[in-house]
Amino acid sequence: MRLRRVAITGMGAVSPFGKGSGLLFDALLAGRSGIARNPELDQFAELGPRVAGLVRNLDVMEVPRKHRRSMSPMSIYAYLAALEAAAEAGLDEAALASGRTGLVMGSTMGSVRTIEEFFRAYLPDASLAQIKSMMFFRVMGHSVASNVAQALGITGRVLAPTAACSTSCVAIGLAYEAIAFGKQDVVLCGGADEYHPLTTGTFDLMLAASSNFNDEPARTPRPFDRQRDGIVCSEGAGVLVLESFESARARGVPVLAEVAGFASACDVSNIANPEPAPLYRCMKEALDCAGVRPEEVSHVNAHATATTRGDIAESRAIAMLAGDGVPVSSLKGHLGHAMAASGALESIACVHMLQKQMLLGTLNLDEPDPQCAMVDLLRNNSERAVSVIVKNNFALGGINCSLVLRGYDD
Amino acid sequence: MTDSQVIEAANKALAEEFELEIERMTPDARFREDLDLDSLDAVDMVIVLEKTFQIKIGRDPAILEIRTVGDMHAYIITKKRELEQAR
Repeated sequence: MRLRRVAITGMGAVSPFGKGSGLLFDALLAGRSGIARNPELDQFAELGPRVAGLVRNLDVMEVPRKHRRSMSPMSIYAYLAALEAAAEAGLDEAALASGRTGLVMGSTMGSVRTIEEFFRAYLPDASLAQIKSMMFFRVMGHSVASNVAQALGITGRVLAPTAACSTSCVAIGLAYEAIAFGKQDVVLCGGADEYHPLTTGTFDLMLAASSNFNDEPARTPRPFDRQRDGIVCSEGAGVLVLESFESARARGVPVLAEVAGFASACDVSNIANPEPAPLYRCMKEALDCAGVRPEEVSHVNAHATATTRGDIAESRAIAMLAGDGVPVSSLKGHLGHAMAASGALESIACVHMLQKQMLLGTLNLDEPDPQCAMVDLLRNNSERAVSVIVKNNFALGGINCSLVLRGYDD
Repeated sequence: MTDSQVIEAANKALAEEFELEIERMTPDARFREDLDLDSLDAVDMVIVLEKTFQIKIGRDPAILEIRTVGDMHAYIITKKRELEQAR
C-alpha cells in the first residue's frame, strides 16, 4: 500500500508567551523565558518549587459562552490555538464539517482544578446537589478533543490520546498515520494542559522539580546544564494542521513543512526513569519510517526537561544514533514543561526553524554537564542549513515517541 | 422579600450565570428560543436559584413547565409563598 505524504499547513499556539505561533517563535528567538514566580505555590510549605510558566492575560470572552461553558482552561487554550491553525491553513466551516477533517488532541488528564472543585462541593455532605452540569465535560479524559471538535464543528474522526508529556507528539503521529493511510484528508492535532500545583507537586515528590532558582525564575529549567535541578511546569496548547499533499495542493494552501516519519516505543525498564537504548530505538524507528539516515538529520530537538537522569539518558541515546555530529537543543529552557502541550509547541518551533533555516539554542545551558556533552549541545541560536529535524518527547510511564519533520520548499 | 425583589434577584443571578445582558431578562423572553439556553443550562439554573433563594427545587415537576423568564419568576414567587405559609 502506498502511503500518502503528509504536509503541515497551519499552526497555532497558546504559551506562557501569549497567543500566537509567531509570537511564540519570536520569544524563543529572543531568548526569553516564560517562567516566573508563582505565588500559588507558597501555600505548600512541603514543596520546594515556587516557579511555573503560566499563560497570562488571555481574553477568554473571545470564546462564545455556548462553547466555553464546557471548557476548562486547557480546552480554551486548545480552541484558541486550533482557531489560529485552521485560519492559517485556510480551513473554512465547510472543510471542517466535511467528514474528511478529523482531530487528534489530548491532555495529561481532565481538569484537575475542576476535579478539586467537584470534591470541595461533594465531600462536606456527600451530596451532589451543588454539582453543575458542565463539570463532567471539563474532567472527562477526552475533554480537550471533544470541546475543540464541538466548537469548530469537526465531524471526522476525533481521538484523544493520553500519554502525559508525550501526548501531543503521539497526537501528531496518529494524525500523520490517519492521513498517510487515507483515512482522513486533514487532521488538527496537538495537545493542551492547564497548570495546577499538583503537577509541580507530583514532580517534586519524585525529586524531579526545580527549586534552586525560585528567586531567579528565568534561570530555570536548565536542560543539559551542570546546575540543572529538574522540571519547571508550565501550560498552554499547540495545534498543527496536517493534511495530505494532494489536499493542500487542491485547496491551494502553502505547505509549511512535512511530517516525514513517526515512531512510538515503550521503555519497560522503569515506569519513571528512561534508559538510553529504548530512546535510541524510538528515534531510529522514526527515521526508518521517514526513510532518512542518521547522518541526514540536521537537528535533534530533544525532550530534555532538565532532570538529572532524563537528560543524560537522552544525550546517550542521541550519541548512539548520530554521535556528536548533530546539533541538539531543548526548548524547555524557554518554555518550561507544558506537559501535553510541549510536543506540539516544540514541533511548531521546529517548523519555524525549518522555514527560517536556523536553529534555536538551549536557554540556560551555561555549562554543559560532561555526562551530556558527548553530543553537540547547542547553546546559541545559529543560522545554518536545516532540512530534517527529529523531535523527541518522552513520558512518565515509558511512552517514548519521535517525529521526523522535513523542510519543504516549493 | 417582595415580588419585585424576587424578580430583581432572580434576573441578576441568572444574567450573571449565563452571561446575559440584564435587559434581555424580560418576562416574555423564552429561555430556549430567545436566550439560547438548553436543557443542561436548565439544570444549572435550578442550582443557581436554589442558592440565591435558599430554597429546595430538586426535580420538582413544575420546573419542567417553565418556558419564559416570567414563568420562572412566578415559580419562585409561588415557591417562596408556600415556604412562608408552611412556617
